[in-house]
Amino acid sequence: MTTEAAVPSSPLESSPAEGLVDSAPRRKLRGAVVRFAGDSGDGMQVTGSQFTSSTALAGNDLATFPDFPAEIRAPAGTTYGVSGFQINFASEDVFTPGDAADVLVTMNPAALKTNLKDLKRGGLLIANSGAFSTANLKKAGYATNPLEDGSLDGYELLTIDITKNTQAAVKESGLSNKESNRCKNFWTLGLMFWIYGRDMAPTIDWIEKKFAKQPEVARANVLALKAGHAYGETAEISHYRYEVPKAPVEPGLYRNIGGNIATAWGLVAASQLAKLPLVLGAYPITPASDVLHELSRHKQFGISTIQAEDEIAAVCAAIGASYAGNIGVTATSGPGMALKGEALGLAVSTELPLVIINIQRGGPSTGLPTKTEQADLLQAMYGRNGEAPVAVLAAQSPGDCFYMAIEAVRLATKYMAPVILLTDGYLANGTEPWKIPDVADLPRLDVQFRTDPEGFHPFLRDPETLARAWAIPGTPGLRHRIGGLEKDYDSGHISYDPANHERMCKVRAEKIERMARDIPEQTIEEGVDSGKLLVVGWGSTYGAIREAVRRCRARGLDVSHAHVRYLNPLPRNLGDVLGRFERVLVPELNLGQLSLLLRSRYLVPAESYPKIQGQPFRIAEIEDKIRQLLES
Amino acid sequence: MSNVIQPAQLTRKDFATDQDVRWCPGCGDYSILANVQRVMPELGIPLDDIVWISGIGCSSRFPYYMNTYGFHTIHGRAPAIALGVKAANPKLSVWLATGDGDALSIGGNHLLHCLRRNLDVKVLLFNNRIYGLTKGQYSPTSEVGKITKSTPLGSTDQPVDPASFALGAHGSFVARSIDTEAQHLTMVLRRAAAHRGTAFTEIYQNCNVFNDGAFESFRSKEHQKERQLLVEHGKPLLFGEQNDKGLRLNPRTLGLEVVTLGAPDASGNVVTEQDVLVHDETNPALAYLLARMPFPEFPVALGVLFAEQRPTYDASLWEQNERAKAAQPADLGALLRSGNTWQV
Repeated sequence: MTTEAAVPSSPLESSPAEGLVDSAPRRKLRGAVVRFAGDSGDGMQVTGSQFTSSTALAGNDLATFPDFPAEIRAPAGTTYGVSGFQINFASEDVFTPGDAADVLVTMNPAALKTNLKDLKRGGLLIANSGAFSTANLKKAGYATNPLEDGSLDGYELLTIDITKNTQAAVKESGLSNKESNRCKNFWTLGLMFWIYGRDMAPTIDWIEKKFAKQPEVARANVLALKAGHAYGETAEISHYRYEVPKAPVEPGLYRNIGGNIATAWGLVAASQLAKLPLVLGAYPITPASDVLHELSRHKQFGISTIQAEDEIAAVCAAIGASYAGNIGVTATSGPGMALKGEALGLAVSTELPLVIINIQRGGPSTGLPTKTEQADLLQAMYGRNGEAPVAVLAAQSPGDCFYMAIEAVRLATKYMAPVILLTDGYLANGTEPWKIPDVADLPRLDVQFRTDPEGFHPFLRDPETLARAWAIPGTPGLRHRIGGLEKDYDSGHISYDPANHERMCKVRAEKIERMARDIPEQTIEEGVDSGKLLVVGWGSTYGAIREAVRRCRARGLDVSHAHVRYLNPLPRNLGDVLGRFERVLVPELNLGQLSLLLRSRYLVPAESYPKIQGQPFRIAEIEDKIRQLLES
Repeated sequence: MSNVIQPAQLTRKDFATDQDVRWCPGCGDYSILANVQRVMPELGIPLDDIVWISGIGCSSRFPYYMNTYGFHTIHGRAPAIALGVKAANPKLSVWLATGDGDALSIGGNHLLHCLRRNLDVKVLLFNNRIYGLTKGQYSPTSEVGKITKSTPLGSTDQPVDPASFALGAHGSFVARSIDTEAQHLTMVLRRAAAHRGTAFTEIYQNCNVFNDGAFESFRSKEHQKERQLLVEHGKPLLFGEQNDKGLRLNPRTLGLEVVTLGAPDASGNVVTEQDVLVHDETNPALAYLLARMPFPEFPVALGVLFAEQRPTYDASLWEQNERAKAAQPADLGALLRSGNTWQV
């Protein structure tokens, strides 16, 4: 085993927050950003998630971002088949998966081609030279081998024939060459474990469970993992050994959690807290399917999952379940939302509780299924025929999906109204360490069905919330008919009366507005409550905005950050908050949808900072924008 | 001696609401409503446990006229709404009122999946072969050449036969009847009510405004006997003024042929009752042949064409959930703490 290229020994460059502090020979780092990139068949997502688990167990704060193609198996070696996984981990608070990587692991030329731009100058580049064949170089569009032509001189290049090393390591398992090749992600993981001083045991456990039915595959993967680790020991690369100390965090029991799992668990929790069974109607769609997968594993909680024939049936089944007294939920992404529009109107008109989760992805149409975007906000607000107001919430981090899912159920059942929860592909697939809440500390959801026939009609309203009575089929003496036709305010019967229609439209709108009394006031995440510039975000941009504002404040700039989790109704004090700043900047992964809402609602000159590339904001992008506004 | 108070026997009146029925005078829907209200009291189901669900169209006004729970939903989606209702509460007796456009055009997909899942609901499809509520466009069951507002030169669409669609979708109960034939319709409705699973009943229903007389060629007194075949399980498939015509299977073509008892067939053999097929409602191949008989060369088959018992979607879902509940406690704290965790 040899390293095939000279290894420069200059210290890694870094930015202040993600940077490295040198203490040779075993260098202590404040944190690092590592990206794994390979063919979609190379197992990079597994490598990334296992590296994440070990990093979490080591006590670092972290954030991850998987970035994979829509094709399940794009032709091997092509640039469009490249799958990536980035993790940012540190001994301090981490808000985003990081901008540029300190370390880039590339399993083939296509991965190098598509990811090199995201590696810091001087960063460590680990390349599997075994995959840099003439054919692969050609597929990636390289005329000459970049590992040999000097074009990578600006980086610390460590080339290893991972393919050959893996085959040698797993030879005794008796697997074929093709099967052995599949173990090279674990070899790579073993090397990374050595570099960052991680414990291999949890991953070995994981492999043994995962491949319990194929013991020879389990054995080969463990062999590869250990061989990669041993390679670090024996090859002369000890100057790459780093240590990232534990992050100081609030005491408690922690786990790593991704947004879709958190959403699903939030729904389970809400169902338990409300003491009501939950029915999820869903149709498989990227990136929402994991909510269906996860909920379908937890039927012991009184959860029913229906894989419906289409998006429309999925939402209709949820409405039917709500009508019959369960918590009706549907989870989807943009194209599915478009299909559900008419049924959402039915839920608005019949005033039934309904939770709709839109895990946004790049659009329009099929768009960028595996990429993230926030361009469905106006669709959530207005994407129905008629005056059809619904509540709209947005989770701001993977762990926040748990709490916002509970909040969506709380508002839907209390106000008898549809609630849309917006998350996105970045939150869905990204992960962060999450302090596990004590069940006793979760909000109580008090749900009551109407049972008293005295004076009943289906559109009798609670004077406080304006919610209509939830009277479910099977209740003696409360038989009634409801539907999508306009109803008489005083009897619930069909009504075509002009004044009644206006009254009903207004009361449905007022009901949503009254939720503003029942949601938290807007807070400032970072900074102070007045000043020159307020950066207002919503959803998954939370981490990037918060870190950017923090860095700018460290430079002495007068900037603060507010993050809006309740988009309809907006927090009752938001107008005042905005009014206390000279300028308002709204970074969003769309062409300016929240800024449009804020401008129209509060008549403030909110400045839009749009990005619509299927990728989250980099901290530096927002930082630069703030500096441009405040330093010019 | 029992202390259990027996509920008072319900009557037809108990099922009527205080809402004015707003179908056009002379519409076949009145007759269907009357027959349903006549049959439902016999079923012994409490009014509070019955839910009528509909989509959009003339037929879908039905729930407003039934004094049960009712949900008038959106176009074509009644089976999908019913899916959620039954998932939440399988004990409810759920009935769907739909039409040829609602069920087979905009809602075709949901009906297909409702049938194959065997959701325990009763589907009454009022087939008038026209769009009524939108004032007279051709429907997916209108015949080729149909002149309507949207097809002034005649429809070029091949129609779908609802019963064959239902059989093709693996429906577990497929029946046909006629709006005005009260005795037959109530018999079919009773059978549908007793069926566990999706009971699909197509009812030929006359739209006297936009498609008057659509079924006269076999519904009228004049043609009734010659052109209707009333199938009954275990009985020979006979019809005609003298009940002397029957259906025989041609084993070479695997097709049906009409034969006359006592008369020689094409090969000169005299036909006896032994030659005539006996209806077996558990035979899907026979049901399909009966559903697809060309008219007027063959009569229209009416009655229960097919019925089989198989697990229903809602019962299976419920059982699976109950098994999961029995296997594992519902411990939210344990779920949140599952997998890799660490203490800080």
